This record gives sequence, structure tokens and C-alpha cells, in this order.
Amino acid sequence: MLRLIVQRLLLLIPLLLGLSVLLFAWVRALPGGPATALLGERATPEAVARINTLYGFDQPVHVQYFKYLGRLLQGDFGVSTRTGRPVLDEFLTRFPATIELTIVALIIAIGIGIPLGYIAARRAGSFIDHSSVVVSLIGVTVPVFFLAFILKYVFAVELGWFPSTGRQDPTMIATHPTNFYVLDGLLTGEWDAAWDALVHLILPGIALGTIPLAIVARMTRAAVSEVQNADYVRTARAKGIRASRLRGEHILRNSMLPVLTTIGLQVGLLLSGAVLTETVFAFSGIGSFLAEAVFNADYPVMQGFVLMIAIVYALVNLFVDVSYGLIDPRLRRQQ
Amino acid sequence: MRRRATRLAGGVTLVTAAAVALSGCVASERDAEGSGEGSGKDTFVFAASADPGSLDPAFASDGESFRVARQIFEGLVGVEPGTADPAPLLAESWDISDDGLEYTFHLKEGVKFQDDTDFDAEAVCFNFDRWANWTGLAASESLSYYYTHVFGGQGENGKYDSCAASDAATAVVKLKSPLPELVPALSLPSFSMQSPTALEEFKADEVGGAEDAPELSEYATGHPVGTGPYEFGEWKAGESVTLKAFDGYWGEFGDVKNIVFTVISEGTARRQALEAGDIDGYDLVAPADVDALKDGGYQVLNRDPFNILYLGMNQKQKPFDDPKVRQAIAHAIDKEALVAAALPEGTEVATQFVPSTVSGYSDDVATYEFDQEKAKELLKEAGQENLELEFNYPTDVSRPYMPDAAAIYEAISADLEEVGITVKATPEPWSPTYLDTIQGSDKHGLHLLGWTGDYNDTYNFIGTFFGSESAEWGFDDEALFKSLGDARYAPVDQQEAQYKAANEAVMEFLPGVPLASPVPSLAFTEQVQGYPVSPVQDEVYNVITFTE
Repeated sequence: MLRLIVQRLLLLIPLLLGLSVLLFAWVRALPGGPATALLGERATPEAVARINTLYGFDQPVHVQYFKYLGRLLQGDFGVSTRTGRPVLDEFLTRFPATIELTIVALIIAIGIGIPLGYIAARRAGSFIDHSSVVVSLIGVTVPVFFLAFILKYVFAVELGWFPSTGRQDPTMIATHPTNFYVLDGLLTGEWDAAWDALVHLILPGIALGTIPLAIVARMTRAAVSEVQNADYVRTARAKGIRASRLRGEHILRNSMLPVLTTIGLQVGLLLSGAVLTETVFAFSGIGSFLAEAVFNADYPVMQGFVLMIAIVYALVNLFVDVSYGLIDPRLRRQQ
Repeated sequence: MRRRATRLAGGVTLVTAAAVALSGCVASERDAEGSGEGSGKDTFVFAASADPGSLDPAFASDGESFRVARQIFEGLVGVEPGTADPAPLLAESWDISDDGLEYTFHLKEGVKFQDDTDFDAEAVCFNFDRWANWTGLAASESLSYYYTHVFGGQGENGKYDSCAASDAATAVVKLKSPLPELVPALSLPSFSMQSPTALEEFKADEVGGAEDAPELSEYATGHPVGTGPYEFGEWKAGESVTLKAFDGYWGEFGDVKNIVFTVISEGTARRQALEAGDIDGYDLVAPADVDALKDGGYQVLNRDPFNILYLGMNQKQKPFDDPKVRQAIAHAIDKEALVAAALPEGTEVATQFVPSTVSGYSDDVATYEFDQEKAKELLKEAGQENLELEFNYPTDVSRPYMPDAAAIYEAISADLEEVGITVKATPEPWSPTYLDTIQGSDKHGLHLLGWTGDYNDTYNFIGTFFGSESAEWGFDDEALFKSLGDARYAPVDQQEAQYKAANEAVMEFLPGVPLASPVPSLAFTEQVQGYPVSPVQDEVYNVITFTE
């Protein structure tokens, strides 16, 4: 198991190197540039040229790349051309927001998706089965920003049950030692700050959770349908095993492997930042910041954020692989 | 009123936490910062479209930085409320020498910075010297945009010579060559007076980071200190900036004791936040939302226009070098209909390249009234009866002068088709390439663009457009360039007349067609009273009151 982890981590090095080359080439192939974005409407060509010289954007790409790589190896991801803050700081400030949102979206996706898929499979052809298919289809097909907009309109504007934007009531004075706002409130004992942060997560969490919910539900349904007709389940049932044990140990646990893979992929995706949801809810996570960076040709942020997201994605996948072993003892033995 | 998160003794279980949290509203110190008159509300929550670029306005040029800076800082020169005209602020008056090289500022006395440093002539000179002595990245347009533009650069290159304190309340600024727009320019937040103590303590000029990656200074991210009504509280990047009333402020306060600028980048999200009661007001209201907001009982306030939208033409592309063609296009466009169809209510139809709020605006410019027959005739005379034109316009952008470029394009191109011109649409995304195409290349003919003024000065408009040869307009007319330059450097008492003449000369030459000056809108809840709407966005919140 340890060998697997070390192997996978070492594999990250060439992966990230390759990615950094690709990113560098891609970002610089984009039309426009940070100088135009910085100077706005009336930038003279001379001013643009001066900025490019100062920031080093006029040097050959390979020179820029090796300079960048040199700094990267020292843990320096550069400085955002738009905000003038270090890219790493920008990422670390915003990533907790994205993680909190991911957790809420996952709780919704798993908490509803798995039971829904399971019941649908166990009662195939029933009303619940049909409705789960419909829910799945809606979840996958309705555009996230549309759903976000509707949720906000109904529950924030019309009913006023939830706040419409942000991570916390902007008039609230609260301390943020970790930048995980819910956790911060619990750590510092500022209970209403924690509650307020939690309430701010509900609507974006639902909007973001629907797609993974639909996928998890469908996956569970398919897996459970297959497993419940397997020979060993029939045998177990014939042996007169207790129904709850049959469901929990023989059916659900054995059908969880593909579902777990799906969840892993979804976690990776969710942690990459939800551009639309974050923008609609003015939720200050990494997705909305990366989108703004693209609009402003903020090279260092685009490069840095994508690299860090790649690292997170790789680590999540590694974690999923390791957790297979926990669910399936056969895999553990193989390793 | 500001909410303070409730701090309870530790050691309580999570279950209890949830219970307490459910009753969080009761437990909150609802009015921790003291209460205002009337409604008891003392916090003003305003939705900004982005984070400020920097809290040091000398290193900023964007609207969101200025919005925050105007609460914290004041300059020598302010703005007459509701207009674009310069007015005394930290300088109660000033004298300008006859040769235009020496400005003597008589300062307001008894003013303190928020860190208790005295505001005096030494402090004024400290600020001027600071701007003039930047080097390297600090001296580049990406940071010190306005100083570089107004003073022509730092050190030897610049027009600034020196500043001396003849006594505590008198600062004398000397220039190497005349700078006629100095007084109106000083009303820009970039020229705010900042505390010398804080600037030094928090190393405001140390633009950190690597040589090619400037990083904001400690001052610019968390320690701005001015003489304004509000002092800095907290900046949560990507979320909000919080300010609180400065007890030692020399002026008066309405009801606003705390300001929260919350960042909501998307327009619809700002509107929904207002409707949900999460904010008190926001800027950059989409024209399409105005009616719905009014119907919903919200106040929509318009700023007087301080911008200009125009139809540009590049004379490097034929046949725009022919004045008859340009005149024909001007006669072909129904500006009134354009305003009605594609621009917000209250928009002013433009007759020249400055809005009517600017001092050199002339009532006697050549007008090219809507007359399609005349347009056809002119085209015939020019031998261009079967004219085909490319029309560049930007997509994915909303500027104060151009809320919806596609709608404006539709209206104009329909007018042009009416007089027999075949129009070929060439849309291009604003970010990142439209400006490059228009201002950095010859590959454009007809195009839409505009400008929001920085301060009340005719040259800031027509000088920006036509002060010298440019890729955008593609003409080289030494006489016109010279007449603009002459007006700029005319003696103060003759300047307005000369600028009027310059505006008349430009409209005679007709490099393009000035279309309109749209009014930007803000929206507020009914509770907000006395918001100081300003054409140059000189809006300071200490005058706002709240009704019940």
C-alpha cells in the first residue's frame, strides 16, 4: 500500500512538468495579453510595450519558461498581474471556500443519490424507480447556472429563507483563522458565524450537488441491480441470512466499488472549482477567480491555479484508489 | 447596524452549538458599533463589481479602487457636488502664477490623518515628491497610471519640478512646463493626500516580489491612511472591504458609521442581492433592469453623463479619407432613434466629442442632422453609391458609454443600409482583442468605441482622441493637432473659449460621429436617502441618511 502511494506521488513529478510546459505554451498562445488588460481603453502601443518589457513578457517563451520553472521549484508560483498578490496566497485564501462548497454538494449528492439509486434498483419498475430516472435526467440536463438562478430567485429573493450571495453576511464581524468559515465559527466559538456560513452554503451546494447526485443515483441503481441478482446474493438469501445484513454487507457494499470511482471523479471535478455556481452566488472560491483570470489574461494565476488543481485532482484519485482496498479486501491482498 | 459574531465560552458540545446557532439572531450583538439617528441603521452595504485593485489610490486607476479610496482619502482639490467642476477640499484656495508654472495651495487647517499625523504643507510636499520619485515598476503605467499620464512621467521626463512648504498651511508646487489641467486632475483619487507616517511605516513604495512580478505593498493591502470620513477596517480578498467612521474627521456625518463593500461581479446577482435585502445599493445597473427595479419599489438614480459613445472611422481605410463619405454617414444616422432603441432612459444625444457637463462644450458646433436624402446625395457626389463597409463592434462587454454594443450596431447599421451602404458586421470579443484591433492596428474601418472622462477637462476627451496621430483614426492633420495643443496651453481665462473653438474645429473635420452620452444608473433600497450622485463618481457616503 505504501509502495503504491510513493509510486503514484513520484509519477506526479513528470506529470506536472509536462503540464507546466503545456500550460505555458497554451496561456501565451491566447490572443491579447496582460498589458492590454491592465491598461484598458486608451493604452498606447508604447505603453503596452513598456509593460511587456517590465514583466518580461517580451522575452522568448523558453527563457520565460525556465525562469518560471526555476521559481516554481522554490515554491514560488508568481504574482497575479491583476491583483498584485502572490498566486499561492490567492489560491490558499480561496480554496477553503471551494472545499466547503464541495463537501456540502457531496453530502447532498451522496446522501440523496445512493439511497435513491438503491431504492430504485430494489423496486425496479416502481414509481420511485421512474421518478429517480426523471430526477437523474433533470439533474444532468438542467444547466447549473439556470438552476442556481431559479433557486436563488425562489428561496432568496421571493421567500427570503436563504442569503442570495457570498460566504457570510458581509456585516458580520468574525475571526477566520483557517478560512473554512463554518469550521472557524466552531473553533472560535462564534456559533452564529458558523451557522451563517453554513446557511450561505445551502443554495450553492444544492445547485452544485445536482449533477453528481444524478450521476451517483444512476450509478448506484445500475450497480445494485447487477449485484442483487448475483449468485452469492441468492445463496445468501437461501441460507436465510438476515435481511438487513443481506442489504448492507452483500448488496450495498459490493455495489459500491463503481460508485466510489464515480464519486472520486466528481470530487476531483468539484474541487477544481465551480465557475458558474461560484459566479452566480458571488461565492469567492477558486473557480470564479480562475474565470476572472482568464478574462484578464492573468498568466501567473492561470498557470498556478491549473497546476494546483491538477495536484489536488491527482491526490483525490490516489485517495480513491487507496480507499478501494478498504472496501474490497481482495484488492488489499493483491497489493 | 453591524453584526458581531457571538463569542461564547468554549467546551459546549456541537449539539448545543446548533441550538444556539438556531437562535443566533437573538444572541448577536445587533448594534455593536453604536446606532445612528432615525432608523437605528448605521451600516451601508454596497455591492461592488470587483475587489479594489489596490488600497493605495496613487497606484490605482480602476473605478472600484477609487470607490473605496474616496471614502478614506481626500485630495487638495475636490469636486463641486453633483457636477464635474473642481472645488476646494483640503486646499481652501490656490493661486496660479501668470506663467502657469507655480501653484500656491492654501490648506485647510486643523485637519488630521486617521493615524493622528497632522495634515500640513510638509505632508502635501511628501506626497508630491513621492509620486515624482518613483522608479522602475512603480513608475510604469500599470501602477502609477494617472501620475504618469498627467505629469508626463517621473524624474527628468516629468513636468513636476518641486514642492516647498512656505509655512504649515501653504504649499508651493513648481512645474517645469505648464500643466493646464493640473487643478481638475488633482480631484482624481490617485492624487489623494496620504499620511506620510503610514506611507513610510508600511513601505508603500516597496513594490515587492520579483523584478518582473510586482506585488502590492503592505500599505496597499491593509494600511491605507487618509484624512477622509472613513478609516480602513478589513479587506477580505474576493469578498468585502469594510470601513468605519473616523472619529477625528473634520467634516460631518449622516447616518453611515460603517461601510461594507461586498464583491458581486455578476450584474444579475447584484440585482438579486438588492431584492433579497442583502445589500443597500449597487452600481452599474443594467439598463434592462431599470423598469423592474422601479416597479419593485427601488430607487434608481442616474449620474449626469460624463462619457461619450462614438462611431469611429479609420481614414487609412478608403473611402473614410473622403469628408463627403464621413458627412454622409453622419447624416444617415438617426441618433434620437438610436438612443430610444438601444440606450438607457435619460441618455443625452451627442453633438460633439465631449458631454455637456464638460467646460469646453460648445453650442455652435456643426451639426449633421438626420437627413437620408442628403446622405445619399453626398455619397453620389463622392462616387460611392455602392459602398460596402466593414463595421467592427465588441461583444461580451458593457461599458458605461456602451451598455449593449450589439444593439447599438443593429440600430446604426439599419440606418446605413437605408442610404444604400452595405454593412458587413465584424463582431469581436472585447477581452482580449477588440481594443488591439481598433487601437493597435489598421484593420478596422467603422467601429464603436467611447470614453469615460477622468476629470473636467476638454483635452481629457478630444486630446485623448485627436491629440496626435493614432491607429484608431488614421489621419495626420498637423493643424488640428496644433489647435488642440494651443487650446490646452492657452492662458486660463481664454481656455474655455479656445476649447469651444477646438470642439468646433473637430466637428468641422468630422473624424467620426459622436453618438450619445448614456447615463450610468445606481439602485438603492427606499431607505437610502441623499446618495451624492456625481458625474465623476465623487460619491462619499458620510452624507447619506436612512429613513425608517
